[in-house]
Amino acid sequence: MKIKSLILYCLISSIFLFSLVSIWKVLSTLQGIELRNFNFVIIITLGIAISLINLIIGDKFNRALKSIIFAILFTFVDGYLVQLMPIWYNIGIFGILIFYSFKIDKYNQKNLDLDHSSQTVLFEFLTLFGIVLFSFVILFPFYMMIVTSFKTQAALLINPLDFSINFAQDIKDLFKSYFVIFDTYKFGRYILISTFVSVGTVIITLIFAIPAAYAVARLNFFGKNFLSTSILIIYMFPAIVLVIPLYTVFSQLGLRNNVGGLLIVYTATTLPVAIYMLQGYFKSIPKELEEAAIMDKLNWFGIIIKIILPLSIPAISSVALYVFMIAWNEFLFSLMFLDNPNSFTLSRAIQYLSGDAETPRQYLMAGSVVVTIPVLFIFVYFEKYLVSGLTAGSVKG
Amino acid sequence: MSDTLSKIEKRTAYILLLPAVILVFSIILFPIFANVWISFKEVGLKDIRIPEPRAKKIVKSIKDSSDEIKIIYKLRNSSLILDIRDVKFQDKTPKNVEPLNLDERCQFKSNIINCNFGNWKAKYKENFQIILKNKEGKKINKKEIKSIKPKLSGKSDNILLNTNFTFKNFKKVFFQNEFFDLLMTTFYYTFFGTIGSIVFGILAAQLVNQKFFGRTFMRSILLFPYVGPVVALAYTWELLLDPYSGTLNNLLFNFQVIQEPLNLLGQKYLTINFFGFDLKLRLALTTVIIFEIWRYFPLAFLFILARLQAIPKELYEAADVDGAGPVQKFSSITLPQITAVISILFMIRFIWNFNKFEDIFLLTGGASGTRTLPINVYEQGFTISDIGMGSAVSIVIVLLLLIFMFIYFRLLGRRADEN
Repeated sequence: MKIKSLILYCLISSIFLFSLVSIWKVLSTLQGIELRNFNFVIIITLGIAISLINLIIGDKFNRALKSIIFAILFTFVDGYLVQLMPIWYNIGIFGILIFYSFKIDKYNQKNLDLDHSSQTVLFEFLTLFGIVLFSFVILFPFYMMIVTSFKTQAALLINPLDFSINFAQDIKDLFKSYFVIFDTYKFGRYILISTFVSVGTVIITLIFAIPAAYAVARLNFFGKNFLSTSILIIYMFPAIVLVIPLYTVFSQLGLRNNVGGLLIVYTATTLPVAIYMLQGYFKSIPKELEEAAIMDKLNWFGIIIKIILPLSIPAISSVALYVFMIAWNEFLFSLMFLDNPNSFTLSRAIQYLSGDAETPRQYLMAGSVVVTIPVLFIFVYFEKYLVSGLTAGSVKG
Repeated sequence: MSDTLSKIEKRTAYILLLPAVILVFSIILFPIFANVWISFKEVGLKDIRIPEPRAKKIVKSIKDSSDEIKIIYKLRNSSLILDIRDVKFQDKTPKNVEPLNLDERCQFKSNIINCNFGNWKAKYKENFQIILKNKEGKKINKKEIKSIKPKLSGKSDNILLNTNFTFKNFKKVFFQNEFFDLLMTTFYYTFFGTIGSIVFGILAAQLVNQKFFGRTFMRSILLFPYVGPVVALAYTWELLLDPYSGTLNNLLFNFQVIQEPLNLLGQKYLTINFFGFDLKLRLALTTVIIFEIWRYFPLAFLFILARLQAIPKELYEAADVDGAGPVQKFSSITLPQITAVISILFMIRFIWNFNKFEDIFLLTGGASGTRTLPINVYEQGFTISDIGMGSAVSIVIVLLLLIFMFIYFRLLGRRADEN
């Protein structure tokens, strides 16, 4: 057995175990449990011991039995000898240990002897590490957003780390923040406005983009190359340099504080992506179909409606979803153009809410949940379409 | 025959393109040129409102004579800066009514009062009075008179359309605006944000490219920060990072990692003692960069993952036969395959991060050393209310952007030549 691989295996596996346990401890602390220490030394020692025992026992033992023994041992030391913890905390630790011992089970004295074994061990644990860490870092803010929206200011003042949700209380108390933002802050109205603006943007963008994309994809005309490059360049131009002139012109035309003004701007800013994405797809449709249609004396309108549209439903829905998400999430223009609370979009409303230092944070988080849920839902549900859209559209914000 | 066909084709193409082109031109290209115009002018936020002549109508009854009524019009110029020329006034009266001692600027004809008030200076105010008398001695209906609104019109200069130009704004941008500091902050933010998001993108793509339980689920999760609304995410982070009530500080405090609360978004410098040297870290800027990496690494991840999945498996199998380890496989197979994607990503993200506004605006508002050029546009234009300055900063951004794009397309062109 290579000594280098052995040391690496013991160290990195125990560090991995430590990070798993620590994340569990952080999450438990946020449920109001008093935990003051990560017990680095104890956990690492236990981890090294378990990895070594695992190597020594090898395949002689039943795998499941071995894991359970490890888990019980560790849980006993950590949850009973070191500190006395509630049962659900120990169940979590038990689960983590089962997972951990299944992961280290495949290492034995033989495969630590192979070529590159130290590298392999390192890579495999870094992968596990990465999965755990990435998921934690990504999901933690979303988790905090949701749990904060169910707490009250008073409860958070008593214990700022207790985010446990009391499900025993009345539904009205549990969802109090949501009731408040819908009753007092008119979030129902903002949802309607946001939906109207986003859906409107999708429809107008498609109406403008489909013919234009068809022309770019299929027809020959003077300035075609120039146009294709301009689409890309225009797409790179940031909203912030458009803001001042648009603000002045919209003020003078009375288009500020007007949902129509937002619709125009959103459509114009999403058009280049939409055209770019659609023309790529239109090019892949076989030309013969259109040639047959021309024989049948169909004009371009007929060709687009009868041939192109039915064939490109997937591409069009992907563009539609993508544009919807851009419009729904948009913030800068809604900040610039809307200052009348009657015409706010959701994003603008939340920003307005936060402008008042007195606003309790659970209301802010409830609003954030309300604006986030639809996008994430659409994203998860239509992920297949959207991912191809994201890579094709490539450069949104 | 084919000539006419191609003519028809051209015409169709232009018709199909026209709506989209007009819209994009007026909302995107026109403002970019308008910026140039405005940036050479001294314009404040309040100047952009077009001055209007206004009149507030107050109706009063006169004692002892119910057939007479007094109307007071409070006339004013809505602008504090600009004059209005040639102000015209028109109001209707009920039937059988005539004005007494009408002002000489006005005329009464078939129930309509027409006045010509001439020129109003900025801030002009006047109380203009008319007395109406019923011809048949009947009582005049007050409500009826009140319900009629007077119409006013006048000509004025639009401050945006005159031809007074000045270099003042650009002088201020470069010499009174801590321009160098702004530029450096913007470059730090852009550069480290871009590099960070690409590095984490590569790591995440490497992870997801392997087979494990819950892999597709993992892929969706990794994209959450990218598809979520900025407003919600930025405020969540702000609450997490708050020095007093924030969860992060409380956690670190609880586990005895720190003794003093860290004001991650509100403190400009953090001094770190590093082997006896005092290093100054731009704390708020670093936090904002970390948020940026967190939010945008998914894009890099998505691109790199797509590329990784296109690498033929045989390459790795051959490497296995040759006895290459994971490190070697990564450095001699994976890395060369993804360099093209990485360089494109670098340019795209660089340009976009350079223009990022919302993220910093929502997290710090540009305070504690996080003021970048886009934040400066907003501050100049809407906090200090100097539209001209804001435009001048926008112009600087556009020029820098054009330089980046020029480099980008040159590189892209060279790559296309090589293939």
